[in-house]
Amino acid sequence: MARRRERVDRGIKVRSEDVYALTSWREMLYLAAPRVLPVVALFVLGMTASVYWERVLVSTCMFAMLAISWDVLNSAGMVSLGQALFFGMGAYIAGTLNHYLGLGPWLTLPLATLGGGLVCTLVLLPVLRLRGIYFAMVTLILPLMIERVIEATKIFGGTEGLSGLTPLGSEHVQFLVALVAVWVALYGFRRMMGTDYGLLLKGIKDNDRAVMSAGINIYWYKAQALFLASAVGAFAGAFMTHAYQFVGMPVFALDYSIMPIASVAVGGMGTLAGPMLGSFILVPLSELLRGLGGLRTVIYAVILVACTVGLPEGVFHYLARKYTQFERWAEVDK
Amino acid sequence: MSSEVILEALGLSRSFGGVKAVDEVSFTLHKNEVLGVIGPNGSGKTTLVNLLTGFVKPNQGQVLYQGRDITGWPPYKVAQLGIARSFQMVKPFYQLPAFKNLNVALYSPRVRGLVGGRYGDRDAVAKDLLEEVGFERDSWVINQQAASLPHGYLKRLELAKCMALRPEVLVLDELFSGLSLAEVASLVPVIEKLVAQGKTLLMIEHRLKELFRIADRVIVLNFGRKIAEGEPAVVMEDPQVKGAYLGTEAEG
Ligand SMILES: Nc1ncnc2c1ncn2[C@@H]1O[C@H](COP(=O)(O)OP(=O)(O)OP(=O)(O)O)[C@@H](O)[C@H]1O
Ligand SMILES: [Mg+2]
Repeated sequence: MARRRERVDRGIKVRSEDVYALTSWREMLYLAAPRVLPVVALFVLGMTASVYWERVLVSTCMFAMLAISWDVLNSAGMVSLGQALFFGMGAYIAGTLNHYLGLGPWLTLPLATLGGGLVCTLVLLPVLRLRGIYFAMVTLILPLMIERVIEATKIFGGTEGLSGLTPLGSEHVQFLVALVAVWVALYGFRRMMGTDYGLLLKGIKDNDRAVMSAGINIYWYKAQALFLASAVGAFAGAFMTHAYQFVGMPVFALDYSIMPIASVAVGGMGTLAGPMLGSFILVPLSELLRGLGGLRTVIYAVILVACTVGLPEGVFHYLARKYTQFERWAEVDK
Repeated sequence: MSSEVILEALGLSRSFGGVKAVDEVSFTLHKNEVLGVIGPNGSGKTTLVNLLTGFVKPNQGQVLYQGRDITGWPPYKVAQLGIARSFQMVKPFYQLPAFKNLNVALYSPRVRGLVGGRYGDRDAVAKDLLEEVGFERDSWVINQQAASLPHGYLKRLELAKCMALRPEVLVLDELFSGLSLAEVASLVPVIEKLVAQGKTLLMIEHRLKELFRIADRVIVLNFGRKIAEGEPAVVMEDPQVKGAYLGTEAEG
């Protein structure tokens, strides 16, 4: 008699799958808890934290948006190694509009979001046809190239950047805007991926020729997904420009491309919530380790590797599974 | 079968490197006809399908659909016109459940307005279609991830994806290959129903016996060239055709 571990759906998960969930508080709580609790917890955490940690949470929210944007692109079959392109584009659009035209944040934020999305989509349009690694390579190189161009041509303040930009408001206002933005991005995109439109994007990733043979212009839909994802990234850049009251070449730096991917690796891809969770683990962690100086990178890397090797499915998938299923020993006869 | 020509190939040629995969092939497909395309392995049948549906651009020649030149059109435009194709190498969406595979096809601009609204519920239509091609309704199979479906079901899924487009012409690339006799027998009525509905079919097949029961006419390819055309029984008596098939059998 051999034994193996088997996974079984928890009774409460099965019970709360249909409308009967509405007849019991316990079931309703079971459904609502994972959706509402993080929202409340994050809100309370930010409002009670010190100014320093409130700022860390703000930038965490923006990294989370970059990670969500990465996951949306990946769901549609586009692997991005250059989230910094979206981030930097949004940052510079907001910065220049504010510095040269004197527009306030409430105008630059939406303009940079739409404009950044549009510019990034147009720039990447010619390489949409490239598959897999070629698209990834182009996205990796573009932001690094733009950095060098700004340095060489000295436009938009050159290496000095533009400083003295308009702040967004008080620490709490900043935090609340960041929080609303990241939740809207998460729940908005999760909803979208659940519709037939999202199904189509996943289809493109799975088998683009099969989608084409259904009479669907895949490049048009890839461009749409690219616009949505890059607009979200551009928002994050524009937001941080006003938060730091400064924009400069570092917004195109590799950090903004690597951190989202690391977040996805830790959190788990394909759910959008995983990448966000990953950001909320990694960004504060890297702040905590800041005091350690040179050792920081080493410890950080060890934790990252331990996470991805220990939980290759990602923290989010692991937690979701524990929440909905339990394991037990089952006998199998061989 | 009417005398109205729906699809026409004029001197289609395509080579890959030095290989002439399709060489000066012309034929006409009449409305509501079932035309079979046969030929030994590597004779250019799949390439012909790709040329007709826009997946491969011809070096020479033309494709006319209802008298309109559609040569070099991208695949999605050809499909929107009403020419649906299936793939010899099945191309399901592996991560999706079987019936959700059809939701993608049902999202095609060709039928999007007909089934549900913009975010209308396409699931029911999808399940109906799967039932039509022989999935047992309300069984576990239709909810099964495509990645774990048996080959026979994947082939049916290919057919259902074509049917979801409500096409005028179905180009089926070796639909029967890899299926058991019983599975083929269960698909034949589905094909016959399509014909009864007035659809036009171009069927690429290796399973000659089954094909000849359905096809009105066949054309025979060998080394990319059309070597014969006509009624199945007559064509198989053609010495060139016999030679082509015997040749490959001797090799294999
Ligand atoms: N994309 C391609 N690149 C290079 N050569 C190709 C390509 N597609 C087809 N060929 C070649 O063209 C010839 C015809 O291939 P094709 O797949 O059309 O044959 P087929 O009749 O469909 O064969 P089968 O019965 O095995 O499906 C073969 O020699 C094949 O190697
Ligand atoms: Mg073939």
